[in-house]
Amino acid sequence: MSGEKAPPPRLICGKCDQELSMGKVTLAYMGNSFEVELLRCPQCHLVFVPEELATGKMQQVELALEEK
Amino acid sequence: MERLRVQELEAQCIEEAPPACTATCPIHLDARGMMEFVRKGDIPGGFGIVARFLPFPSIISRICDHPCELLCKRAEAGEAVRINDIERACVDHGYKASALPRAQRAQRKKHVAVVGAGLSGLTAAVDLAVKGHEVTVFEAKSRTFDRIREWRRPPLPASLIETDLVQLGTLGITVQTNTVVGAGGMSFRSLADGFDAAYLGLGSRSVADLALDLELDAEGRIVIDPLTFATSHPQIFAGGCHRYGPAVYSPITSVHDGRYAAMSIDRMFQGASLSANRETQGPYPTRLYTKTSDYAPLPAVVPADLHAGFTAAEAVAEATRCFPCHCLECVKVCDFLAHHGSYPKRYIREIYNNDCIVMGAHKANRMANTCSLCGLCSAVCPEHLPMGDFCLEARQSMVLRGKMQPSFHDFALRDMAFSTGDAFALARHQPGTTSSAALFFPGCQLSASSSDHVAAAYAYLRQRLPGGVGLMLGCCGAPAHWGGEEGLFRSALQSLEDEWERMGRPKIITACSSCYRVFKDHRPDFPVTSLWTLFEEIGLPPARKAPPSGPLAIHDPCTTRDEADVQRSVRALLDRIGVASQDIGDPGLTSCCGFGGLMSFVNPDVADKTIDRRARESDADYVTYCAMCRDNFARRGKRALHVLDLVFGTEDDPAAREDPGFSSRQENRARLKARLLREVWGEIPADEGEGPSPLPRLFIDPGVRALAEKRLILESDMRGVIRHAETSGVKILNRETGHFVASHQPAAVTYWVEYSPRGEGFAVHNVYSHRMSLGKEPSS
Ligand code: SF4
Ligand SMILES: [Zn+2]
Repeated sequence: MSGEKAPPPRLICGKCDQELSMGKVTLAYMGNSFEVELLRCPQCHLVFVPEELATGKMQQVELALEEK
Repeated sequence: MERLRVQELEAQCIEEAPPACTATCPIHLDARGMMEFVRKGDIPGGFGIVARFLPFPSIISRICDHPCELLCKRAEAGEAVRINDIERACVDHGYKASALPRAQRAQRKKHVAVVGAGLSGLTAAVDLAVKGHEVTVFEAKSRTFDRIREWRRPPLPASLIETDLVQLGTLGITVQTNTVVGAGGMSFRSLADGFDAAYLGLGSRSVADLALDLELDAEGRIVIDPLTFATSHPQIFAGGCHRYGPAVYSPITSVHDGRYAAMSIDRMFQGASLSANRETQGPYPTRLYTKTSDYAPLPAVVPADLHAGFTAAEAVAEATRCFPCHCLECVKVCDFLAHHGSYPKRYIREIYNNDCIVMGAHKANRMANTCSLCGLCSAVCPEHLPMGDFCLEARQSMVLRGKMQPSFHDFALRDMAFSTGDAFALARHQPGTTSSAALFFPGCQLSASSSDHVAAAYAYLRQRLPGGVGLMLGCCGAPAHWGGEEGLFRSALQSLEDEWERMGRPKIITACSSCYRVFKDHRPDFPVTSLWTLFEEIGLPPARKAPPSGPLAIHDPCTTRDEADVQRSVRALLDRIGVASQDIGDPGLTSCCGFGGLMSFVNPDVADKTIDRRARESDADYVTYCAMCRDNFARRGKRALHVLDLVFGTEDDPAAREDPGFSSRQENRARLKARLLREVWGEIPADEGEGPSPLPRLFIDPGVRALAEKRLILESDMRGVIRHAETSGVKILNRETGHFVASHQPAAVTYWVEYSPRGEGFAVHNVYSHRMSLGKEPSS
C-alpha cells in the first residue's frame, strides 16, 4: 500500500514519462472551488491524489461543504 | 416541516416533565436534582438546591409535611426515598449562608406590608425582598414564628429558627412585633393607603372582629382566590392557614401560599396578568413515566441515631436509592437515540431548527439520517411518539430543498438503480403460460445473498401452485423511501405496479419483509402474502440437510414487528422443519439489524452498535427471515442463518456463511437473472451473466477487499478504473513499488486504484475515493 512516509516516491506520468512535481491544482465540490498544491505531471497536468489526502482533509472538507 | 406539527411532537415527549416528587411538592423543590448532588457525596451542592427553593431551610427541612414522598416512584420498588430527611441532612451537613438568595435590584422599588410573621407571611416577605422591594412585617405577638416555636414533633431547636431569621436582616426586612392591624391597632386604611400592596397571613381564626374592609365568608374568614391569593381589595392578598385551615396545618402549604401570593404582588407591580400561566402552580400529577420494574426493590436507609437524623454517609446511601426518575424508554432500546446523548424532545427541536436555517452548518443532518426508521422507539414510548416518521419527514424535506448530503445515500441509491435496471429487473409469466395466478417477488437482497434459494423457491412454487407463478425481480424502492427520495420511490413503485397490472394483477408472494412492509404501507391494494405464510399453507419440500441440533434464537426482522401472523408462520415452519427455537425477548419489540433507514451508510458505527446489541441478546445461533439481517449478523461475527437455509440449503454449516459484501451482491443478482433466464426460460442471456467473470480479471486479497467494502468501492468500480487506465494510458507509475496508480470518475465519485499486472489480470493493492472533482465540477 502507499502508506509509507518519506522519502517521497518517484511518480512518473505513464503518458509523458515525466516525473510528477508540485503544482497548483483546482479542486471543486458543491459549487465551491479552491486551489491546492499537488503532485502533477508538468506536461499533461495529470494529478495524483494521495490516499491520506483523499481519506483525510479532502473528506473533512467534503462533509463541511455538504453541511452548508 | 410545519411548526405546529413539530410543536405537537415535541410536546408528546414527556422526558422533561418533572418527576412525581417535584410535581407533588407544593413549591416544586427539585428533589431529583438534590439527590444527584447528594449521591455524588456533594452535600453542600444538595444544600444549594434546598436553599434555592426553601425560604427557611433549617426550619422547613425539619417540619415539612413532605407530600413529595407519598408519590415517590421508589415505593413501587421498596420504600419511598426519605426526601425530607435528606433535605435535613443537607442543612445539617452542608449549610452555607452564601447559598441563600440575595436581594435583586427592582426596576421600580415598592413598599409592601406583610401582616403576620408566620410561615406564609415571612415567606412572602423574603420572596418580595429578594425581588428588591421594601418589606415591613407587622406581628401582633411578641415574636416571629410564634406557632412553630411550639413545634413538638420533633421539637425544633430555637437555634435553628435563629439561623433562618438572620436572612430577614440580610434582606433588609423590617419586623414590628406587638403590632395589631385592624380594630384596636393600626387601622386598615393606613395599611391600604400607606403601602403599595399588603399580604395578610393571619392564622386560621375568624377576623370578623378586626374590621378589615374586605369581603368575608360566613365563618368570618377572608374570601381568597386560591390561584392568585387576591382578596376583594385589589392591592391586598392573603393566604396561609387562614385560607386552607383550620382543620389541618401544613407548613409547606403555608410556604406555598406566601410564595405564590408574593408572585401575584410582583405581577401586579409589573402590570402583568395575575392569572396567566399558573397551570402548574401547586401540586399536580406529572406526565413523566418511569419504568420501575427495571429496579430491584430496596428498603429505605434508617438513621443509626433516629433523633439526630441522617449522617452524611447515610444521606448519600439513601440518595443513591433515588433512580432517578426519567422516561428515556426509547433511548434505552435504541443506539441511535443514545448516540446523540439526549432524547427525542431535544432531537426534534434540533432537527427542526436545522430544517429552518438557510446558512451555516447543518449539524443535525446526520442525526436525522442515522435513524433506522424501525419504529421501536414509538413501540416502547408511553406516548407513542413517532420519532422515525419525523426523521423521515426531515429527510424528505432535505431532499426537496436540495439539502440532502450527497454522500449519505448515493451508494445505496446506485445499488437500487442496479436492481431496478436491466442487469437484474425482470417480469415474466411462468414459461409455457400466458397468465399468472401468483407472482413471486424475492426482493433484491435475498437475491443478492442467496440466489440459489431464490431459484429453488421459485421452482417449488411453480410445482405447488396452480394457475401459473410469474417471477418479478427488482427492488421495492425501500432505499429511496428511506433516503427521503419520495419522487424516486413513487416512480419505482409505479413501475412495479404497471408490471403487476400488465401481468393481470396476480397475488404477490414476497420473501423479504421490507418489501412486504413497503407494499402493505404504500400499495394497500396489492394482494400480498409473505412466503412464510404461504409455506405454512402449502407445506415444505423435504429438507436437503438435517436441521442443526442446537436450539436457534429467532430474530424477527424489524419490519415484522407488527406482523404477528408472519412471525407465527415462521415459528410454525421451524417446528415443522424440526428445529428447536426460542424467542429473543418480545417479538413485538424486535429491533433493527442496522440496515433499516440506510443507517449503516450514514453512520456505520451506530449501525454496528445496533447489530452488536442485538447479537448479544442470546448465545444461540440466530435464525431470521431477512437476508440483510442475516448478512449483517454474519458481518459482525454472529452465527446466523436464514430460514431458507433450513429449507433449501445444501451447506454443512450455513450459519458460518460470510456476508457476501457489496460487490458480490450485485454480481449475484446479475447471475441469478442470467441463470433463471437460461434454466427456466431456456434463453441465452445477451451479456456475460453467469459466464466467466467480467474482464479484466482482478486479484484482490482479503485485506484490500475489506477496505474496499468499508469505503463502499465495488469491484466493478476498480475494474472501471483499470480498464480506463489501460486503454487510455492515463496512469501514474510509482518507480519505488513498480505499481500503477490511476483514477476514474464515472459519476459523482472519483475512484483511485493502485495496481500491478499479474498473469492475465491485475493485482489490486489499494483503493480509495473522493467526491471532490479535480478541475471543474461536472454539471450534474
Ligand atoms: S419514550 Fe422517548 S420519546 Fe417517548 S416520552 Fe419517553 S423519552 Fe420521550
Ligand atoms: Zn503527463
